[in-house]
Amino acid sequence: MAVITVERKPLTFLERTYLPQIAGGLKTTFKHLIAPKKTLEYPEQRPAIPVGYRGVPTLVKDPNGREKCVSCQLCEFVCPPKAIRITAGEIPADQADRAHVEKGPQAFDIDMLRCIYCGLCQEVCPEEAIFLQNQFSMSGYTRAEMVNHKDRLYELGGTLPDAHHKWDKKKAAEEHGNAH
Amino acid sequence: MFDFYFEIPLVIRLILQGLAVIMVIFPIAGACSMAERKVAAWIQDRPGPNRAVVPWVAWIPFFGKFLQRLGVFHVMADGGKMLFKEDSLPGHVNKFYFVLAPIVAMIPALTTVVAVPFGAYFDGAGKLIPLGLAPFDIGMLAVFAVSSLGVYSAILAGWASNSKYPFLGSVRASAQLISYELSMTLAVLPVFLWVNAPGTEGTMGFARVVEFQSQSGFLGGMWFGFLMPISAFIFLVALFAETNRQPFDTVESESDLVGSFHTEYGAFKWGLFFVAEYSHMIVGSGVFMLLFGGGWNPLPWVSLATAVDFLGTFLPFAHAPLFVGILSIAIFMGKVLAMIFFFMWVRWTLPRFRYDQVMKIGWQKLLPLSIANLLFYAIAIALIQK
Repeated sequence: MAVITVERKPLTFLERTYLPQIAGGLKTTFKHLIAPKKTLEYPEQRPAIPVGYRGVPTLVKDPNGREKCVSCQLCEFVCPPKAIRITAGEIPADQADRAHVEKGPQAFDIDMLRCIYCGLCQEVCPEEAIFLQNQFSMSGYTRAEMVNHKDRLYELGGTLPDAHHKWDKKKAAEEHGNAH
Repeated sequence: MFDFYFEIPLVIRLILQGLAVIMVIFPIAGACSMAERKVAAWIQDRPGPNRAVVPWVAWIPFFGKFLQRLGVFHVMADGGKMLFKEDSLPGHVNKFYFVLAPIVAMIPALTTVVAVPFGAYFDGAGKLIPLGLAPFDIGMLAVFAVSSLGVYSAILAGWASNSKYPFLGSVRASAQLISYELSMTLAVLPVFLWVNAPGTEGTMGFARVVEFQSQSGFLGGMWFGFLMPISAFIFLVALFAETNRQPFDTVESESDLVGSFHTEYGAFKWGLFFVAEYSHMIVGSGVFMLLFGGGWNPLPWVSLATAVDFLGTFLPFAHAPLFVGILSIAIFMGKVLAMIFFFMWVRWTLPRFRYDQVMKIGWQKLLPLSIANLLFYAIAIALIQK
């Protein structure tokens, strides 16, 4: 690479008085004084959330309104700060619409004081049941308030579109007698 | 119409006038701290403080929202906070001088106003009567003498705080104030050399300086800022240094001195230092405008008398002394506030000079420049006014 020797010129008289630079600086700041403001006024104005944003982890339901989580506990195992606690449970026999679902969680707690928003739970989930969605601010007055329980997680998560319809396929397969 | 006022004993009248001026200066100083925050925000592309609002003002449909966005109620919120929070007195300070320092800061800051005329009117004979608390003949001397007392508050505060950073800050403050006082005084001298022409009555008052800037003719109507640009420039730079404003606020320099001489202060005593600083700025801007900016004349080459005559063509009451007085005060206050905006604008533009640079500029650049400037004008004025 060619070495370019930069000639260091001594400052001219005007430069040594600082005055042209000061005038230039004043011009720049005055432009900003009258320019439109660049900040958001937060609680009223919210920033646009980019695609793939990792916000508060949530549980989602399938388009039929059923829990997708089967309490396999993979997320609990992978969670680096051990923020997730799952109590596994069977599907109650009296719920006809969930008859072909394997299992469901009895309790599902995410301690948001521990969560590091890494997204490993979403990555590891075989049922596509847990997603880090757009909510970015999470606050509370007590430690207990900062633990998201199952109903709260479903409330935050809502329903996301699902391409697989796993339980519908399983039900159809059983009805046609070719269950695996 | 106002005869009843002149029948009141002189002492009470002067007290009333003094109170009236303080009632204007104090809120302006408070509003300046708000304006400082707003200007800072706007220059940094932020909207600035705009949340606090008094409920019954918020009910006014458009204007209330405007006031809220302008942040005027934050002044009250700030002032109320400063007034009511605990006024702690650290255990390690020299209590008497610690309490004395903010008072000593306030007194000269508000006293200098006495010598500054802030408006004028014409009496029956068409003679210009300046408006001021005491428009006496030694105006400039009085301002210099009293305003330099402000340095004692910095010294007292720094020394009484009994801690390192305040002490260093106060040493810096006193050295800086003394250094720039010299150039400031020398920069002003040509103006008074010019005003005190041979054969006229000698004066150091501001009213005559403004009268000189409101004569007719090209040279007569010229403000001294154009006639003596170097003087005006030196005075302005020295004014920045005297008021401890950026880029000369090495006295405060949070990064190396925490908060300098007011590090140990809190609550209202701390607030007093700032009111004093802003009062200094207001009075300093006023003096600059009187000396170099034409005082209460609206525009260069357009004197107050010309403006009043022009307004008289379509306003029947334009020649009433009351109207002229209010008009001149409004023009003068407008100029002073513009200057204060300039102070803030510069503050958010320039970085702070290092302390050795401050001393170098003061002693090695400004002082020789002001002496050369004085010599030049002394010779020039001697030749012109022979």
